[in-house]
Amino acid sequence: MTLKEIAFRNLLRRKGKAGFVLAGLIIGVSTAVAIISFVEAMTNDINHKLEKYGANILILPKTEALTLSYGGLSLGGVSFDMRELQETELSRVNSIRNSKNIAAIGPLVLGVLNINSRKILLAGVDFSVSNILKPWWQVEGSIPDDNGMVLGSEAARILGLMPGKKVTLNGRNYNISGVLRPTGSQDDQLAFARIKTAQAILQKEGRVSMAEVAALCKDCPIEEMVKQISEALPGAKVMAIQQVVKGRMEALAQFKKFSIGILMVVLLVGGLVVLVTMSSSVRERTEEIGILRAIGFRKRHVIKIVFLEAGILSSLAGITGYFLGWGVTHVAFRFFSENESVHIPFNPELAGIAFLIANFIGIASSAYPASMAARLDPNDALRAL
Amino acid sequence: MSYIEAENLIKTYGRGEAEVSAIRGVSFGIESGEFVSMMGESGAGKSTLLSIMGAMNAPTTGSYKVDDIDIYNLNPEQQADFRREFLGFVFQSFHLVPYLTVAENVMLPLTTIKMRKKQKRSTAEKALMWVGLSGKEDRLPSQISGGEKERVAVARAIVNEPPVLLADEITGNLDTKTSTEIMELLQGLNQKGMTIIMVTHSPDCAKYARRMMRVSDGRLVQ
Repeated sequence: MTLKEIAFRNLLRRKGKAGFVLAGLIIGVSTAVAIISFVEAMTNDINHKLEKYGANILILPKTEALTLSYGGLSLGGVSFDMRELQETELSRVNSIRNSKNIAAIGPLVLGVLNINSRKILLAGVDFSVSNILKPWWQVEGSIPDDNGMVLGSEAARILGLMPGKKVTLNGRNYNISGVLRPTGSQDDQLAFARIKTAQAILQKEGRVSMAEVAALCKDCPIEEMVKQISEALPGAKVMAIQQVVKGRMEALAQFKKFSIGILMVVLLVGGLVVLVTMSSSVRERTEEIGILRAIGFRKRHVIKIVFLEAGILSSLAGITGYFLGWGVTHVAFRFFSENESVHIPFNPELAGIAFLIANFIGIASSAYPASMAARLDPNDALRAL
Repeated sequence: MSYIEAENLIKTYGRGEAEVSAIRGVSFGIESGEFVSMMGESGAGKSTLLSIMGAMNAPTTGSYKVDDIDIYNLNPEQQADFRREFLGFVFQSFHLVPYLTVAENVMLPLTTIKMRKKQKRSTAEKALMWVGLSGKEDRLPSQISGGEKERVAVARAIVNEPPVLLADEITGNLDTKTSTEIMELLQGLNQKGMTIIMVTHSPDCAKYARRMMRVSDGRLVQ
């Protein structure tokens, strides 16, 4: 006979009460797991969706000049301070601590061209990441090869060019492979070519004018990413596009705060269920506790029995609660989110936390009933029968 | 000096006008290996005296020593240890734990002792054999008779071989034949050297004791 066996036998005997405590804890833990998993899945989903907003960090050459343009409106006589970065330097961005949060880096080389006697800004871009950095782009025609170009809608209209036409630059012919559908941005005014092509046309081999970065900052503040990139590129000015980043972070933070509030209430209610049920169970067992104390059980032995009972139920609730919460998250996510493809993986860390939370609540809520049991005077307990 | 020594025990309950004296200056000595019965009318203070002797009810004043240990100078945990090592209790209403089997009930006093599980089991089986309950180890208390429950209670009280057995009205709920069997069991234990103090209303049971203490109105009158 051991204290563990006494605790276990008592639970089996009082199945109703044990079931009630178990149910209270399972509801608490599964709700907690469901909320945490749901917030996690929502965060991933939102981050995934926000990727579609494109770049959120800009890397520019350091300059002392002030930009005299606003909302795409450039005031006359303003020229670009055409300092450039070395293309090879950009690879350092991949070595920052939070490099795993970088979805794409898009180097950009800019320069002015003359096409059909009109000045136009040529942008050399990496088309392989344009679906991340410029997800709103829709090209009528095709992505250009090394001898091609894509024109913004306004540029195509003003220059009178369309896909299939050719332009000659520096004595070399380039195909207009496509035209961008109107974006409402300055991209409508530009011509785009592969970065190597643009560097060759502009005679800026190995140099870039700026770079756009799409960073997913679920676990890190965007300011921190900016700081890390600035340290990696001391010759560059790194800026976060604050509106997008702040908006996305604030929405998530508010959702998390709200969830934590609900979580606390649910766990508190779970704890109260344990407290009330265990207290009532102790009161029912006055005789038994009196016998144990009379035959020489110390107070700590009695406390240990109550804690063992709570521990057995809490452990069971922790495991069951996790899987139940996990299942509920799957169902809830399908119900609340349009994105049915989001995968909610088994999270061993969360399972461990659920187990610990269940045990903490179960044991903390049993502390009072346990001390109540230990305080029972054996003489009073037996005489009261 | 006696093995059990009580000196001027006084026990009062309540305060002021509500104060009730249950024990009023009781002194006695019991030698090791004695079989003492304690008789008296209801409310005389027998059970209070027995609970004081059981290290479960501190007297208001006076001292109580067993084997020269001043029991009420011990802290509550030491008193629990004393009960486990020195005392066996047999209660009138058996007080078996209903969800434990007969053998498990008997093993209860061994729960907190460092002993192998098998050894605990065999010790309990020996105690059950001694009280004539071999073969009923795995039954629940609800599956045995009143007399058998009392035997289980006796087996539980002696399983850790305490030097003193305290019995409170243990034949009160039993028929004559079963009462006789239980008393013979106690007599056998006493013959093996155990000190027995038994509270009883029954003169027939009291005859098994070698000495009788009579309690009346909280005082020892004989």
